[in-house]
Amino acid sequence: MATHEPLLLKNMSQPGYTGSLADYERTGGYQALKKVLGKIPPAEIIEMVKKSGLRGRGGAGFPTGVKWSFIPKDHPGPRYLICNADESEPGTFKDRQLMERDPHQMLEGMIIAAYAISAHTAYIYIRGEFVLGARILERALEEAYQAGYLGSNILGTGFALDIYVHRGAGAYICGEETALLESLEGKRGLPRTKPPFPATHGLFQKPTVVNNVETLANVPHIVNRGPEWFASTGNPLKSTGTRVFCMSGHVKRPGNYEVPMGIPFREMIYDIAGGMRGDKPLKAFIPGGASAAFLTPAHLDVTLDFESVAQAGSMLGSGGITVMEEGTCMVWAAENLLYFFNHESCGKCTPCREGSPWLLQILSRIEHGKGKMDDLATLLRLCGNIAGRTVCAFGDAEIAPITSTLRHFRDEYEAHVREQRCPFRPQPAPELITVGH
Amino acid sequence: MSSMFSKAAQERIPGIIARYPEKRAALLPLLWLAQEEQGYVSEEAMKEIAGLLNLTPPQVYEAVTFYTMYNRRPIGKYHIQVCRSLMCALVGMENLLGWIHDKVGIKVGQTTPDGLFTLSQVECLASCGTGPMMQVNDDYYERLTQDKVNRILDDLKRDGKCPLATGPFMFPELTAK
Repeated sequence: MATHEPLLLKNMSQPGYTGSLADYERTGGYQALKKVLGKIPPAEIIEMVKKSGLRGRGGAGFPTGVKWSFIPKDHPGPRYLICNADESEPGTFKDRQLMERDPHQMLEGMIIAAYAISAHTAYIYIRGEFVLGARILERALEEAYQAGYLGSNILGTGFALDIYVHRGAGAYICGEETALLESLEGKRGLPRTKPPFPATHGLFQKPTVVNNVETLANVPHIVNRGPEWFASTGNPLKSTGTRVFCMSGHVKRPGNYEVPMGIPFREMIYDIAGGMRGDKPLKAFIPGGASAAFLTPAHLDVTLDFESVAQAGSMLGSGGITVMEEGTCMVWAAENLLYFFNHESCGKCTPCREGSPWLLQILSRIEHGKGKMDDLATLLRLCGNIAGRTVCAFGDAEIAPITSTLRHFRDEYEAHVREQRCPFRPQPAPELITVGH
Repeated sequence: MSSMFSKAAQERIPGIIARYPEKRAALLPLLWLAQEEQGYVSEEAMKEIAGLLNLTPPQVYEAVTFYTMYNRRPIGKYHIQVCRSLMCALVGMENLLGWIHDKVGIKVGQTTPDGLFTLSQVECLASCGTGPMMQVNDDYYERLTQDKVNRILDDLKRDGKCPLATGPFMFPELTAK
């Protein structure tokens, strides 16, 4: 098996590494901050990150340095940095590990990012269920304050920064950056219409950068080893660096694996994740979280970088790869995901609010043996009426499981309707239960 | 009017509000504080928080109802939340619900008659490589088997805690070389 040297998971891969400040410093932690603060002007840091090619690890893959450069230089008032630690995309569990096992790596990245955009207040918006993660971050923040890496005069340079942990409370949509801002302001997490963009009108209507945990964790390494080095790793064209991919589903060795972007799915699934559980044939996989279109064994040689996966008709998204073996019902899988999307639709835009329960209803009907052939066309028509007609990317995300399974596995849908049952389950699947308050 | 917050909680409130330039931003943290105190967020708590943040009670209520983690009525002492999203469903979520039912006799949405356990189904908890899994109150329990579930629920009933709870997360775990 090819071995790939980890970057972000390197510290925690050492036996005995606890993620404490002392451990982090022993491995060279906070050296990047010392190199930067008061020595390199903020604009140069932004240039460095641009040159590294670092792209957002949350899902959209937007170039990080470019995002930072949108913050108006001459804005007189406060500006904010937010770490998006709302990790909620089904299939994704990397930020949890990065935060709980090496919190200072992310904090150092945050302090450098805040310095680059001249923010003096930063928030870590962490999903409410990560109680342990929030506690670990609080402890790490305390250590960082005591060591002088945070506070009113960081390392004697005069730069001031406070970081606060802010817990969400159970809402997938709050991972969308403008919904996150609304939520942080104490409101329902409804995405905002853009423009204006957060870079000019973000948190409390002030210039704001929102970056994912893994994105920020890369920043100290770019400073330490140089943007040229970073740009030469991964797929040096447009997907530089490593990514922590989350392997789930029917593989022998699920888990988080950090690899350079650009390796093929075949290596990821069959080599790194140990191949298929029980050596059954692969049927389908989701390459980048629940919002990404299903791919099939025909796509095994697609490489894990933003462009290649997009070209294959899906997206690299959040890095959550879910693998499904032969025998998995694709209608059932789509129904399961639509149950999720229907539950999480925030209700702001009509096509999504009204469309998601309708889509779920039809999928359930087909899966439970009550479908009609017309339903297939209705599904596609509904999906077409949602795509591109919502304020945020949720609408496009929720139709991906349907349009892609209909594209690759239309015969399965037809078999469900023809046989008036799910051909894959000996007994009917239990009806999904809606839990109210 | 007397406060629903304990003295210790009341002392934390100004510090929480001070983290934000606008008071309203302290809403979610104060709702968490209220839930820590009572196990749920009562209408009295919502009214009191509205007063603290210069909001109307409906502004608080509309936020509470948006977020799934705030309980609007008392629930069991141990809130079992089973992830039902696709990744866990692929590796045995339905079995897990059966094991819990076998052990304490409740289905989704129900609470045991002794008020100890409430069972909910929830969406992805970011534990997709280690399913099937459940969260009980603050703790994650992963890679569950029927034996593990029995032990966890026994331990919780007897000791109020269980050593099988996941610590700082890493998977795959480090193997000794």
